[in-house]
Amino acid sequence: MRARLTVSLCAMLLASSVPAGTPSTAPIEALEARIRALEAQTREVLAALDQARAEIASLRAAPTQAVAAAALPESAAPSSPNAFNPAISIILNGSLAQHSLDPETYQIAGFPLAGEAGPGARGLSLGESELSFATNIDEKFYGQLTLAVESEDGEDGIGVEEAYIETTALPAGLSARAGRFFSNIGYLNTHHAHTDAFADRPLAYQALLGNQYADDGVQLRWVAPTDVYLELGGELMRGQSFPSGGAARSGSGVRTLSVHAGGDVGDESSWLAGVSVLDARTEDGEDGFSGDNRLYIADLTWKWAPNGNTRDGGLSLRSEYLHDTRDGRYLDSTQGIDVPWAGSRDGVYVEGVWRLNPQWDAGYRHDRLWPDASGPFASDTDPVRHNLMLTWRNSEFSLIRLQYSRDDAAPAQRDHALTLQYQAALGAHGAHKF
Amino acid sequence: MNFRHLFSGLLLSAFALSAAAQIRVFACEPEWGALVNELAGDAVTVDVATSALQDVHQIEARPSLIAKLRRADLLVCSGGGLEAGWLPQLIRQAGNARVASADGMFLAVAQVTTLERPSQLDRAAGDLHAEGNPHIQMDPRRVLQVANALAARLQKVDAANATRYAQRLEDFSTRWQAAMLRWQQRAAPLRGRNIVVHHKSWVYLEEWLGLNEIGALEAKPGVPPTSAHLAGLVALTKDSQTLAIVRAAYQDAKASRWLSERSGVPAIRLPLTVGGDERATDLFALFDVTIDLLLGAAQ
Repeated sequence: MRARLTVSLCAMLLASSVPAGTPSTAPIEALEARIRALEAQTREVLAALDQARAEIASLRAAPTQAVAAAALPESAAPSSPNAFNPAISIILNGSLAQHSLDPETYQIAGFPLAGEAGPGARGLSLGESELSFATNIDEKFYGQLTLAVESEDGEDGIGVEEAYIETTALPAGLSARAGRFFSNIGYLNTHHAHTDAFADRPLAYQALLGNQYADDGVQLRWVAPTDVYLELGGELMRGQSFPSGGAARSGSGVRTLSVHAGGDVGDESSWLAGVSVLDARTEDGEDGFSGDNRLYIADLTWKWAPNGNTRDGGLSLRSEYLHDTRDGRYLDSTQGIDVPWAGSRDGVYVEGVWRLNPQWDAGYRHDRLWPDASGPFASDTDPVRHNLMLTWRNSEFSLIRLQYSRDDAAPAQRDHALTLQYQAALGAHGAHKF
Repeated sequence: MNFRHLFSGLLLSAFALSAAAQIRVFACEPEWGALVNELAGDAVTVDVATSALQDVHQIEARPSLIAKLRRADLLVCSGGGLEAGWLPQLIRQAGNARVASADGMFLAVAQVTTLERPSQLDRAAGDLHAEGNPHIQMDPRRVLQVANALAARLQKVDAANATRYAQRLEDFSTRWQAAMLRWQQRAAPLRGRNIVVHHKSWVYLEEWLGLNEIGALEAKPGVPPTSAHLAGLVALTKDSQTLAIVRAAYQDAKASRWLSERSGVPAIRLPLTVGGDERATDLFALFDVTIDLLLGAAQ
C-alpha cells in the first residue's frame, strides 16, 4: 500500500512537471497542496490499517487458543488402544429373486459353470455381504482385509476375498502389492461387486472369469508422469482359482499384464480404456481343463455428466470384450473322459446407465457369448441376455435395485429373472475407483 | 532394449526434469488454487481438480486427476472430510509418495478452528464431517490464516524460492487486510440479517458478517431438498424479514426458486469459490462479488 502510493505520487509529479517545461509557482503550490492532502490521507489509511492489523492479530491468536482447547479432549485419552483401529466398512446385501427356470438346471451353452457363475438362489436370500478393514500400516505400507459372508444351501461361510498389503512410498510412480486381491485385469474385475450398476455380473464375466478373478500373488503398478493417465501393471499369481487352477509352475501359474489409459474430454466427459492379458498354466481347472490358457480383455468406459457432476445426472457407457484361448486337454476322471481341448471363445457386454437425478438410475446391459464350434464344449448357439435395471438411492450409503433379465444362455432354455436387491454401506466408506 | 539402460535412462530424465522445472501443485478446489497463485505466482504450476460448477463432495476419482496428482509436489486441499469420497482413492492410485507424506499434503481445514463440530456422529443426521464444517473459504480471516501456513509450507517444499514466497505473502497479506477492512465496512448493513441457505456452506461467511441462518433447503446436509421440507420453510422464510435464499453456483436452482416464488424473498446465487461467477476471477473478486450480491438483495 505504502509503496504503491509513493509510486503513484512520483508518477503524478513526473507527469505534471515534465511537459510543463517552464517554471511557474502556481501549479507547484497546487501540487504541494495536493501532496499534503494525499499525505494526510495516507496517514489515515495507515492508521486504519494498523488498527485492522491489531484486530487481525487478536483474531489470529484467538482461534489458535480455541484450537488448543478443542484438541484437549482428544489428547486426554492418548492410551486408548482403539485409536489406531483400521477403518471398518460393512456392505450389506440381500435380494428377492424370481426365476422362471430352476437355477439348479441353469447352464450356459459352450461354457461350463465355474467359480461363482450362474444365477443366485430363488426367493429371499442374503447376497454377498462384506466386511472390510483398511488402514495405513506405517509410513510405507497400507493394508486391507475384506471378508465375504456367503450363504449356500443353508450353510453360512466366511471367505477371505481380499487380504493384501500395498506400498505407499515407492518412488517414480510405482506401487507394489502382495497378498490376495482382485487381479488388475479389465474393468469390472478390479471393482468390488457392490460398486456395479447391475445386480449381477455380465455373462462374459460369469463364463470366462467365474464372476471375478482373485488369487494370491504379487502386483507391480506404474503410473506414467504424463498428462494423459497411463498405468502399466503386471502380476504374478498362484493360479489356484478359475480361470486357472492347480497352482501350476510351483504355485505361480498365472501371469498378467495390463495397460490402462484415461483422461477428460472437456469438462463434462471422461474416459478410461484398457487392454489386459492373463496367461495361465492350468492343472485340473474347475471346468476340467488342463493346459495353457490365455484370456485377453479390452475395456472401455465413457462417462458424461453436466458440468462433471456425476451424482446429479448423466450417462455412463461401458463395454468389455473377452477373448479366451485354450491349448490342452479336457479331463473328467469320474467318466473317464480325456480329450483334447484347443480353440477359442469370446464374450462381450455393453451397458449404459442413465442417471436421471441423484435418486434414480436406469440402465440396460446386453450380454453375448460366442462358444467354440469344436472341442468338448462345442455349441452353435450364442448365449444372449438382456438386462434392464432401475435403482433408487436414498443416499450414497443405501440403494434398492430392481432388475429384469431375459436370459437365453442355452438352447430351449429361457430364464425370466426378476431381482429386487438392497445394498447398504455401513461405517467408514472408502472412496470408489472411477 | 536393455531393461537396466531403459530404467536408468528414465530415472536420469526424471531427475533432469525435476531439477529444471517449477514445482507442481495439485489444488482440490479453485479457492486454494487461487491462493497458491497469490503466494507463488509463476514459481509453480497449479492444477485445479474441480470447478466452481462442481459439487466437491461428489467428485469421481477420474483418470485425469490421477495423472495430475502423479506429478504433483504439493497437494493443497480443504481436508476435513470434504474430499473423502475421492481424494484417498486418487492418492492410492497415483503412486506419488511426495503427496502422500506430511510435507507434500497441505489441508486448509487443519490450519484453522472449525465451526459445527458434531458432538455426535450419526449418518441418520446426514453427511456430517467429524472435523467440523469444512467450507472455511468464505471467511477472509481464516483464509489469511491458511495463507500464512501455506506460505510456510511452500517455503519448506520449495526452499529455493523461499524469499519469493515470504515477499509474496507479505504483499498478499497487506492487500488482503486492507480489503477486509473495505469488505467489513461495505457489509455493515448486512449484520443481523436473516438468510436461508441451500447447503450449510455459508457458516463462516455468516459468522464473519453477522448473518443469521434461519433455515436450510437440505433438511440434512447432503440430502437433496424434499418438497415436504421446502413447504415447511415457506412460512418461516416469509415471516422472518429474510434477506435472501442463498445457493452456491453449482447447486440446482429449482428448490431456491420454488421457495422464492412462494415467500417473495429473492433467491441469489453466490460464487462460493473462485470462478463461481464470471466476475469472481480471484480471491479478492470472490468477496467483492459476494458482498455485492448480498447488498443487492438488501435493496
